[in-house]
Amino acid sequence: MAFAVDIDPGAAERTATGEPLERPQAKPESAVLAIENMNCGGCMRKIERVLEDAPGIASVRANLSAKRVTVAFDPQNTGTETIIQTLAEAGFRAANLAHNNLDDSNRADRDLLRRLAVAGFAAANIMLLSVSVWAGLASDMDAEIQSLFHWLSALIAIPTVAYSGQPFFRSAATALNAWRLNMDVPISLALLLATGMSLVQTMRGTEHVYFDASVSLVFFLLIGRYLDQSLRSRAKGAAQNLIGMKSGWATVVADDGTTERLPARALLPGMRVLVAAGERIFVDGVIQSGRTDIDEQLITGESVPRSAGHGDQVFAGTVCLTAPIEVKATAADNDTLLAEITRLMETAEQNKGRYVRLADKAAAFYAPVVHTLGLVTFLAWMWVGAGWEAALITAISVLIITCPCALALAVPAVQVAATSRLFNRGVIMTAADGLERLSEIDTIVFDKTGTLTKGTPELMNGDEISEETLSAAAALATKSRHPYAQAVLRAAEASGLRIVPADEVIETPGAGLTRRISGGGEERLGSADWCGVDRDPSVADDARAAASLWYRPAGGGAATAFRFVDALRADAADTVEALRSTGFGVVLLSGDQEAAVKSAAATAGIEDWFARQRPDEKIGQLKRLEAEGRCVLMVGDGLNDAPALAAAHASISPASAVEVSQIASDGIIQGLRLAPLTETIAVARRTRRMSLQNFAIAATYNAICIPLAMAGFVTPLIAAIAMSASSIVVTANALRLTTAKLKL
Amino acid sequence: MTALAWLIPAALALGLLGLVAFLWALRTGQFEDLDGAAYRILDDDEPPNEERDRDGSQE
Repeated sequence: MAFAVDIDPGAAERTATGEPLERPQAKPESAVLAIENMNCGGCMRKIERVLEDAPGIASVRANLSAKRVTVAFDPQNTGTETIIQTLAEAGFRAANLAHNNLDDSNRADRDLLRRLAVAGFAAANIMLLSVSVWAGLASDMDAEIQSLFHWLSALIAIPTVAYSGQPFFRSAATALNAWRLNMDVPISLALLLATGMSLVQTMRGTEHVYFDASVSLVFFLLIGRYLDQSLRSRAKGAAQNLIGMKSGWATVVADDGTTERLPARALLPGMRVLVAAGERIFVDGVIQSGRTDIDEQLITGESVPRSAGHGDQVFAGTVCLTAPIEVKATAADNDTLLAEITRLMETAEQNKGRYVRLADKAAAFYAPVVHTLGLVTFLAWMWVGAGWEAALITAISVLIITCPCALALAVPAVQVAATSRLFNRGVIMTAADGLERLSEIDTIVFDKTGTLTKGTPELMNGDEISEETLSAAAALATKSRHPYAQAVLRAAEASGLRIVPADEVIETPGAGLTRRISGGGEERLGSADWCGVDRDPSVADDARAAASLWYRPAGGGAATAFRFVDALRADAADTVEALRSTGFGVVLLSGDQEAAVKSAAATAGIEDWFARQRPDEKIGQLKRLEAEGRCVLMVGDGLNDAPALAAAHASISPASAVEVSQIASDGIIQGLRLAPLTETIAVARRTRRMSLQNFAIAATYNAICIPLAMAGFVTPLIAAIAMSASSIVVTANALRLTTAKLKL
Repeated sequence: MTALAWLIPAALALGLLGLVAFLWALRTGQFEDLDGAAYRILDDDEPPNEERDRDGSQE
């Protein structure tokens, strides 16, 4: 998938100067905001309601698919910063998008869709006329009516080919200008010749005219082009949303204690930035004061917020969840980890764009051969003295009979069959050439958190906890959104306990929950410190280190430890085993701590593992594997995996992955199991084999028909039947893939 | 033959009508947000904007 990330250096300036307060005139302005956490119809409605009720807003339209909101507002009463603030208060994290480039890919999408619609209309109507003519051949159709139908077809077909065929003509012209050949060159030539010759035949009043063939060819090929293009523009839109996350306004504290709002782009290393609860952090830096939970999901894919305080490192793009902090910037703007990830992805995607697809490889060989044969036919017939007109018609019929219908269908038909098979088994392929690249891999690199593991904590020591304690803890946990609290709640529900949500629970960010009991005393659920376990001599040190959550009942009873584990996916070990036994190399690359990675690798049965890998180090590891001559499939889910996903020869991410990673990947696996991965590789390999089979079928057909055509034995009717037959055989062969039993 | 004289134009006109309808839908952004539209239809208490304004002025 070509993936252009446009970093527009002028965007921030425009955002900054576009601040409405600085503009005197009251002309309504509009802004496009990316909203990171708009995930459902409810969010969409809430966002529209909140903004409609805000002052100075003229109109609001949320777009759930693009995760964007378009707002028109009166610049004298409100501004983009106020709007973002209003959304933040309602719990939505918004970022302003400079909307100069936004429409480009959208426009390309619509352009193709319009051409597709016109081609569809024309193909249907011409087919209607053609079927009448074919039926008329067997009955009593007058020559005049036949001629009328041909002229009507010509009237519809010629403008359609001229309009809808343009993407192919343009692509072919670009290729020819660069002295290259791609599949569009023979396609364009066949289109022009079939249409041109049909027009000549119509004028001469002969029976056989092929407007239907040329228009249907345009129609079917455009469907493929459109699907490809719409995937691309979705990818681009998500990348722009990500870049938007880097822009916004931050509160900077000066040395004398005064504060100032500055755009994120104006932040410099060394500045002290105040981050309120719920705000995004725009710099990489070190916390100076305050203690909070940091949501790092955008960067690491980790669902459990990290508790951070004085001296801890934070990264741009993460969100400060629970309490205000002051951060001293160590890197800002284009030096942050987020910017680096965006940049790494961009370079990696550019490299991937150089991949030459199977069909284009075939075209580079096929086109010159066919065109030379056409020329040879013309010259040979001239030489034997057949006259230039007869020679030309024979030469054109050679080109039409070699019309790359079967060849143009050979790969797409198999790909459609493979994609639909995978779709039914929970794998969505997003890159057009993804299956081709997947078929070539011999090494699989896994990320740990969220890929080999489920990515959400699970209660590990449920057996050691009494039902009474579990239900009391769960009653408190109902009041918190923290992943550990949710895990306790899930465990209690799973063991069939009836949970009555507790009242008057107070949550202290980064520490835990507490509730006063009417009889006196209070019960607590939270960190060891929060539950007083730190000072409790009866708790062994190693038990304290192993547990992440504690519950202490009212009245000072003994504290209960809750241990959590980010469990491996149920079939992770089996999948790794299946891959290794068929000869694939398996590697684990994780940004996590060494101990955690080691134990996960041991459980999954992976021998090659590397811990504490930064995004650029992951790419380095991929390069190393590549240098060893291996072809790598990367499987990962976090934003920190995104550059590696883009850089690897092929890549797949689970559906729980962050959006950018899903888009950097060639395919997405739905559900909690990893088994679809082996299925995908098996299907990819079979796809390649069947594509080659289809090429062989198309070549055989050509080997039989071309000599006949060159000798002038092929009448247009025979040509048409032979052409359709070859297309049908190729398609039927491809359809076998949907039901075939496959083994890795 | 007389039947054809109106059947063919009728068939073409119907096809064109479909094409024009599709191009209109495309131009007015009916395909912009396919996910959101699925939820909007469930949102039965969302009053149209004018009605909302009228409610506001009555208060």
